[in-house]
Amino acid sequence: MSTTAEVPVSPAGNPIGFGRMLRKEDQRFLRGQGNYLDDIKLPGMLHGAILRSPYAHARIVSIDTAAAEAHPKVKAVITGKMLEGLKLAWMPTLSQDVQAVLATDKVRFQGQEVAFVVAEDRYSARDALELIQVEYDPLPPVVDARRALEDGAPVIRDDIEGKRDNHIFDWEAGDREATDRVFAGADVVVAQDMLYPRVHPAPMETCGSIAHMDRVTGQLTAWSTTQAPHAHRTLYALVAGLPEHKVRIISPDIGGGFGNKVGIYPGYVLAVVGSIVTGRPVKWVEDRSENLTSTSFARDYHMHGEIAASRDGKIRGLRVKVLADHGAFNGTAQPTKFPAGFFHIFPGSYDLEAAHCQVTGVYTNKAPGGVAYACSFRVTEAVYLVERMVDVLADELGMDPAELRRRNLLRPEQFPYTNKTGWVYDSGNYGHTLEVALEKAGYSELRRQQEEGRARWRAAGGSPEKPGAGGQHLMGIGISFFTEGVGAGPKKHMDILGLGMADGCELRVHPTGKAQLRLSVQTQGQGHETTFAQIVAHELGIPPEDVEVIHGDTDNTPFGLGTYGSRSTPVSGAAAAVVSRRVKDKARIIAAAALECSPDDLEWELGRWQVKGDPDKVKTIQEIAMLAHGTLELPEGVEGHLDASVVYDPPNLTYPYGAYICVVDLDPATGRVQVERFIAVDDCGPRINPMIVEGQVHGGLADGVGMALMEAIQFDSSGNCVSGSLMEYLLPTSLDCPSWELGETVTPSPHHPLGAKGVGESATVGSPPAVVNAVIDALEPFGVRHADMPLTPAQVWLAIRGRPLRTDIVE
Amino acid sequence: MQVPAPFEYDRASSVEEAVALLERHGAEARPIAGGHSLLPMMKLRLARPERLVDLNDLTDLSYVRAEGEWIALGAMTRHAELAASDLLARHYKVFQDAERVIADPVVRNRGTVGGSLCQGDPAEDLCAVVAALGGQVVLRSSGGGRVVAARDFYLGPYETVVAPAELVTEVRIPIRPGSGSAYEKVERRPGDWAIAAVGCFVTLAEGSVADCGIGLAAVGANGYCAPQAEAQLRGQPATEESFRSAAEAAAASCRPQSDQRGPADYKRDLVRELTQRALRRAAARAMAGGA
Amino acid sequence: MQVSMSVNGERVNREVEPRILLVHFLRDELNLTGTHWGCDTSNCGTCVVWMDGVPVKSCTVLAAMASGREIRTVESLEQGTQLDPVQEGFMREHGLQCGFCTPGMMMTARWLLDHNPDPSEAEIREAISGQICRCTGYENIVRAVRWAAAHPATQEVGS
Repeated sequence: MSTTAEVPVSPAGNPIGFGRMLRKEDQRFLRGQGNYLDDIKLPGMLHGAILRSPYAHARIVSIDTAAAEAHPKVKAVITGKMLEGLKLAWMPTLSQDVQAVLATDKVRFQGQEVAFVVAEDRYSARDALELIQVEYDPLPPVVDARRALEDGAPVIRDDIEGKRDNHIFDWEAGDREATDRVFAGADVVVAQDMLYPRVHPAPMETCGSIAHMDRVTGQLTAWSTTQAPHAHRTLYALVAGLPEHKVRIISPDIGGGFGNKVGIYPGYVLAVVGSIVTGRPVKWVEDRSENLTSTSFARDYHMHGEIAASRDGKIRGLRVKVLADHGAFNGTAQPTKFPAGFFHIFPGSYDLEAAHCQVTGVYTNKAPGGVAYACSFRVTEAVYLVERMVDVLADELGMDPAELRRRNLLRPEQFPYTNKTGWVYDSGNYGHTLEVALEKAGYSELRRQQEEGRARWRAAGGSPEKPGAGGQHLMGIGISFFTEGVGAGPKKHMDILGLGMADGCELRVHPTGKAQLRLSVQTQGQGHETTFAQIVAHELGIPPEDVEVIHGDTDNTPFGLGTYGSRSTPVSGAAAAVVSRRVKDKARIIAAAALECSPDDLEWELGRWQVKGDPDKVKTIQEIAMLAHGTLELPEGVEGHLDASVVYDPPNLTYPYGAYICVVDLDPATGRVQVERFIAVDDCGPRINPMIVEGQVHGGLADGVGMALMEAIQFDSSGNCVSGSLMEYLLPTSLDCPSWELGETVTPSPHHPLGAKGVGESATVGSPPAVVNAVIDALEPFGVRHADMPLTPAQVWLAIRGRPLRTDIVE
Repeated sequence: MQVPAPFEYDRASSVEEAVALLERHGAEARPIAGGHSLLPMMKLRLARPERLVDLNDLTDLSYVRAEGEWIALGAMTRHAELAASDLLARHYKVFQDAERVIADPVVRNRGTVGGSLCQGDPAEDLCAVVAALGGQVVLRSSGGGRVVAARDFYLGPYETVVAPAELVTEVRIPIRPGSGSAYEKVERRPGDWAIAAVGCFVTLAEGSVADCGIGLAAVGANGYCAPQAEAQLRGQPATEESFRSAAEAAAASCRPQSDQRGPADYKRDLVRELTQRALRRAAARAMAGGA
Repeated sequence: MQVSMSVNGERVNREVEPRILLVHFLRDELNLTGTHWGCDTSNCGTCVVWMDGVPVKSCTVLAAMASGREIRTVESLEQGTQLDPVQEGFMREHGLQCGFCTPGMMMTARWLLDHNPDPSEAEIREAISGQICRCTGYENIVRAVRWAAAHPATQEVGS
């Protein structure tokens, strides 16, 4: 299905269909002509800045804004008290909680929004923040999620009527009793605690918004760094009571999203309020520190895993308890009925007898969030859990981790497979993909080299007591096999605050055969302008250069919930294929009318309908487009023009998967780890544009190196975020990444019109456990079974000594 | 984006003018060279000078040259220029070693010798290098000038002996023909400040260490150096055992603090390991003819 | 204060506050929005431009400090309608996704190739190591620079 050899080539040299095609959007980016949020300037535009709390938990005694208001360039100073008057001090979150737009009673995390200044320029707005006097009465903070539910813990959310603790939710999946039975009868049971630390997507462009409320027309236009413009429009209507038909959200070019730009942040609402108050457009763009300390973080899952198996390596059951740190407000962005996201997929790629998990969400005095950073709604945490547990089991059994996976992966004949929490995996040939990866890596040769290296290390005097003796390094080899569930989602299961997750799509073919495709999803670098044009080309034979993809403006695109959770190809990609097929069906009727035959007499060749057995009687799609707009008499019931629209409700999620192998070099004297090789074999079904798919995998692999080795949002015991700049929140550089080695297998999704499964988050999801497994594997001579990410040099040094640290709190 | 608070700006066209400006405006004025330490602090509003005196026109302070027994580094010499200097490569490879791991290549295009030394960041690699080599710092003021040993230049973290109206104009490194030098650093990620770093030189005579210098970064060593370890090594045979004992002494003498980069005992262990590695490499270079 | 500098070969004079950062001067005063900013601490490199022929992080240079100097930004790479080989390489090797780090990456790449026309992969990785990309995992950026090295322009661009 993905073979590119037979795809015809357009006059511009592009594939008319699937295949490598250079990106249309590059033309502007290469010239510095992208149009990102902060590039936009409107006449009379003012600039906003937010005063933030220095405390993690404190009561606000008083706020004095007089000096700031007296600043000659300040136009407005907004406080929580003022917002209370407008009923805007609190806004609903995507998880049926509320979040303070500006604090009124107390501050609940360091960096929380306290006041908003609107001034003539960004420098003056920043200056005026220093003129606001806030008196705080500090309260004891809840920093350690593991103590949030203790008796006597400070109650963070005393704003909620009757709230006496920091508990948010309990949620479970799977069959508890069946799982307990399997565990009771198992030969081997191993348990492991692990933390998936709080991390941050940190796109290179921070979040921001420009709001312009036209007082005369009542029209609000907001340019916003949003991955979900339509969802934002509806939420603005719900939050602010603004009439939805008077709200227009424009998402310009976005400098990376990764889930950071899904939700609505207080700054966006404040820009709107600022514009309402001043009558002028107001721009608010956060700085990097604000980005890292206040907008959507990811993960922060404290997990306890147990795995049950037979002595000969048959995995039988998995039991998991999770403590989920959601921060001060429950603001996770995910389908409403899934408080733990898609963590259900924790049984992973394995044929188990039973599985059960229980997740408890808690409030802490930290920034809100949890679902972000290409996590596919917590599949990341689930994959990390199961892939670490399989390695822990391999260690317990003394079995090679590749062999253990080989014995337990789901078999091709089991698909469609209903997993032990009730999710139906659509298709897979897992064993094959694992073998392709092992072959590509030269797995047995790597193991041989590893043994030689360990022997050299021992011969040079290396031992658990003298890890660095002799200066020899150790090799580590890590495997992960992941299954994702992406493409949220079927309306019968999934919605966000009651909004179904079906995507609209509209295709218009103009009289001359050039087309416009309107999408609800929003690219943040994924190349939608190219890929979606290729889908139309694939279906209709219109060259992709003749298909303009329109997105990111709610006034010009159909409704849909946006791009995150790898859903663009699974949902809107399907919608684009279906809408093209509708146009094709209509074109058939029109061609039949023109050729004076029955539509049944016609057969489709890419780009034209022709009479069966008489290829001279043919109408190209371009000819049909002109006919559709012309004077041709059409059959009764067929309207003119060549366009269609659809709303695509996916019947199921799609389940991309892959086998990843990481090879690290570890210096046991210093604890330093270098990723030497990374082999990634992904199966995401047919690849519409393999170049773009590979690029997305590359990026996700770098994420995995970052999370495994260096990234963490950490706090001190007072609740101060100590990772609030890119000096401390370390992102991987070109020197941390090897040259990625990619491979592919192709197992189409049976229910997606193109067979495509989505791939945007696969590598971010699948790579962290591969890197961690490799580091732990390198530490085998020291008997290390686990250490939490990030595996910094210090953490590795400590792990060698049997005392790895908690990585959520820094003392 | 974060922005600095308001200030006045002057650009000095000569050392004399710079000194005069600093003298006229007193403690409210700060000289600025590459700006990669000062401007981020000003953007965070942790530093709020009322006036900046821009030194970037003082191109006559940009040089690496031999002057008799010394190599002289002009205060406005950029890190990238140290890395590219053939003269330094011929005499002290420790500079190239260190310059490969100080910040990143674009920052090294701006950061200067004088700025790095005067910032006095406890983790500054160049401070450890200059301390290891027993360098001297040349200061100018309206009253003339003075020369301070690099090891006496620091009063504490971020604190130097430079008076408000004084300007660092040059750093001098004694030439030691045949000596070998090296720099070893462990950081969390390329471009990050050191968790711990060690620079050193050794001069060998008949298989023994005739002279040596050991500089330490990021581990709380007074003056970025380890004099006990040096004393212990001088006169000893250039062997693994000697390097090991010197490394033990260096590790014992420093005072690292636990922080996000790691616990103190880890840093101390790193000092031991890296001192040994640096000495080993420096000695090998010395034996191969020096540098 | 008055600042005067050459930007992409054109003389510009403006009255600015001494504290205006060069990146804001370029973006807000001159509307050269191809140069981006991504952090406040000179760690991300999205703001890289050339000053007197050398790549610098324009978030950590004052416009005042750039007065009298020559500044070159991404907008100068294309000559007429001819893309610089670096731009061409980024396109052909898919060296960009969201495009945000791209201008800074390309300015550093152009400088590298001007001084080292045939850089190895390791040299390219070293040269861009102070610039963060969240999308590409650097792989295709390295390939893009290699492509540009293999396809030098007929006439030397810049410097």
